Amino acid sequence: MADADDKWQLLLFPESASSVSGQVDTLFWAMVVACGLVVALVFTVLLVFGIRYRRGSPASRRGSPLLYHNRWLEIGWSIPVLAAFLFFFAWGALLYVEILDPPTPEDGDARRVNVIGKQWMWKFQHPEGIREINTLHVAVGQTVRLRMTSQDVIHSFFVPAFRIKQDVLPQTYTRLQFTPTKVGRFDLYCAEYCGLSHSGMVGEVVVMPPSEFQDWLARRDRPGTPQQDGERLFRQYGCSGCHGEASSVRAPDLAGLYGKPVPLKSGGTVTADAQYLRDSIIFPSKHVVAGYRPIMPSFKDQISEEDLLKLTAYIQSLTPEEPDAP
Amino acid sequence: MNYLNAGYGLKSWLLTLDHKRVAWLYFISITGFFFLGGAAATLVRLELITPAGDLLSSDAYNQMFSLHGIVMVWFFLIPSIPATMGNFLLPLMLGARDMAFPRLNLMSWYVFILGGLFTLTAVIAGGIDTGWTFYTPYSTMFSNGAVLAAATGVFIVGFSSILTGINFIVTTHKMRAPGLTWFRLPLFVWAQYATSLIMVLATPVLSITLVLLGVERAFGIGIFDPALGGDPILFEHLFWFYSHPAVYIMLLPAMGVVSEVIACFAHKRIFGYKVMAFSILAIALFGFLVWGHHMFVSGQSIYAGVAFSLLSFLVSVPSALKIFNWLATLYKGHIRFDAPMLFALSFIGLFLIGGLTGVFVATLALDIQMHDTYFVVAHFHYIMVGGMVSAYMAGLHFWWPKITGRLYPEIWARVSAIIVFAGFNLTFFPQFILGWAGMPRRYHAYAEEFQLLNVFSSAGAGMLAVGYLLPLLYLIWSLRYGARASGNPWDARGLEWTVASPPPKENFATVPRVDSEAYAYDTPQ
Repeated sequence: MADADDKWQLLLFPESASSVSGQVDTLFWAMVVACGLVVALVFTVLLVFGIRYRRGSPASRRGSPLLYHNRWLEIGWSIPVLAAFLFFFAWGALLYVEILDPPTPEDGDARRVNVIGKQWMWKFQHPEGIREINTLHVAVGQTVRLRMTSQDVIHSFFVPAFRIKQDVLPQTYTRLQFTPTKVGRFDLYCAEYCGLSHSGMVGEVVVMPPSEFQDWLARRDRPGTPQQDGERLFRQYGCSGCHGEASSVRAPDLAGLYGKPVPLKSGGTVTADAQYLRDSIIFPSKHVVAGYRPIMPSFKDQISEEDLLKLTAYIQSLTPEEPDAP
Repeated sequence: MNYLNAGYGLKSWLLTLDHKRVAWLYFISITGFFFLGGAAATLVRLELITPAGDLLSSDAYNQMFSLHGIVMVWFFLIPSIPATMGNFLLPLMLGARDMAFPRLNLMSWYVFILGGLFTLTAVIAGGIDTGWTFYTPYSTMFSNGAVLAAATGVFIVGFSSILTGINFIVTTHKMRAPGLTWFRLPLFVWAQYATSLIMVLATPVLSITLVLLGVERAFGIGIFDPALGGDPILFEHLFWFYSHPAVYIMLLPAMGVVSEVIACFAHKRIFGYKVMAFSILAIALFGFLVWGHHMFVSGQSIYAGVAFSLLSFLVSVPSALKIFNWLATLYKGHIRFDAPMLFALSFIGLFLIGGLTGVFVATLALDIQMHDTYFVVAHFHYIMVGGMVSAYMAGLHFWWPKITGRLYPEIWARVSAIIVFAGFNLTFFPQFILGWAGMPRRYHAYAEEFQLLNVFSSAGAGMLAVGYLLPLLYLIWSLRYGARASGNPWDARGLEWTVASPPPKENFATVPRVDSEAYAYDTPQ
């Protein structure tokens, strides 16, 4: 098994430390065996034919039209290849959907962490308001849901030991979920080339036993939860002037909005997910709600990604039952 | 009087309308680009011997892998077999005296050189650090490199591909000798034909994409940058809509070459000729439908990912068929192991591994781990270097006597083939393991536990360099000192072997009539 202190490793069995990593490894090794057999078969045939039918060898070459084309042989080797391919396709697809579009954990206990990638660091916002750079502390066994965005170019959040990766895009929220199953420190890499110090955009996910993690949380400053900060920002940026309860301006009510379908002026509906809320702040004319005039000013370049995530968290908190949405 | 001694001045080469001389212009230029791209790769591999980024600065490292990718993809791999052997052999194999459009043929070389000059300018005028993929918004709004110049170079060279493609398509349709029906064509011609279709249909998409990229970078018009209201995923779609078929632009001609070489050195007609021809077309067609497999973790819909995965598996079936058919061709053959055959057998082995590991990365759950790691790097080098360059070497050695009228030193060529095979595997096999263990690509510095495998890889790259420099030396040597080649030194079949080596200027004194199938190895030529 991988020992991080040893420089000289063959790395045949990389660390496997999340709820899905074992399943990914099983699929990988099944394919290694299947493909290894094919390689062995082809190389054996090459060798045998190469020796047996070398020029001048005494082996019989009695002719037959079947030496040049044989439909049943072609069909005979296509079908097993196709069947094997479909088998591995289905296996890989089912597992992929499970990894990237996972169900809410059975106990409903998912820790929501916001991630901001920027050239060349990772910034994390914990639900308690704790902030970290390049290191993410989590508890073993607890599901973590990341809401990720980038401040500049495309990055990619990659923790090899968890077998997870997701690109992190500017102006867009992507999500990723994982459940660590081992205590330890696991490398975090940026996998999408992002410029000068791409290879320096690395960090660690520190997985702790739950009790230690609680101690860690207790020791840290808590400037305010994202929701609390968001509520303050909601007033500070003047959002409450129009969207507040006492406002005289006709603006959509945000309470109970999150996760609901929103009818649009242009026809059709969108779901009020985090991406919708973000777009409505930065590009308000992108989705104008039916029955309202497009009077909201854009807050582009005025609110940082951190504050946007907090505002989103606040607006999300105005909807009591947390739906299973991004 | 042959095409080589038909004229001697520089002008007789630079203004030639002879497809065989145009092929030489390409041979010389792409060899230059190959060793330029190879030099960049050498620096990358030297840097990666140690985990710390100590030999090159980060900026220089990023420029080196970008240069390597851009030069190798657009200035070596894409033109390689079509522009050199394709140009030389297509009219000969068809029984024609030249291409349908000889002037267009020469022009496509000048366009190629113009594009190359723009790209070299980009390198000298401040470097380019976007990788060969030019992902936005990095390339449009963040990179300080000479992105516009490099993109212009690639834009221009695209037209060279398109012109070559058109020329090949028209030539194949209109210039076939009497009796040379479609199903009597050598598979090399089928491969060139399918490749040309891809060049003509896919390259314009790249051109459009690069124009849009240039517009965004130069004028700040939002197309791909989300801060300007654009969509970076759109760039990825457009880019891969060209760049995945481009893989088949590189690969199909290689399959064509290997089919010729295997048939000749097994001295037997290719097994399943029609299956081979149709699988070439199937690969060209399906190749257009799989681009999204480069984007499984990009943020595109995961259900789009599922569809692209399925199509990617399907495109592997005709490739698998080709391997089986080559093996069946060997059965009851009279196999010789001359250097072209060694390179062709290398192709089969390395392409097999490259193809099967392609099935790994087409498997969605595995690609989450492997995407943008060294696993992908290893996979596509097995296809492009292990596959495509091995086939290029096979073809180069196979037709060298025809092209030059000289024999190369066989023993050195076999040594080179073996060194390349061993060096290639030593370089790239460790990268599969590195990628599976999680080493991201395009990393200037890396975690310490990855060092051992990187040392293997760099050692292999040294071997590979020797393996590729050797042919440069002995082939040049043979131009002057090699023994004279007869018209058909391999006892091969095909119209190109019915003329003298080197061929006369007008190829055929009288237009040949074809009355037999391709690969008629059971009858004496």
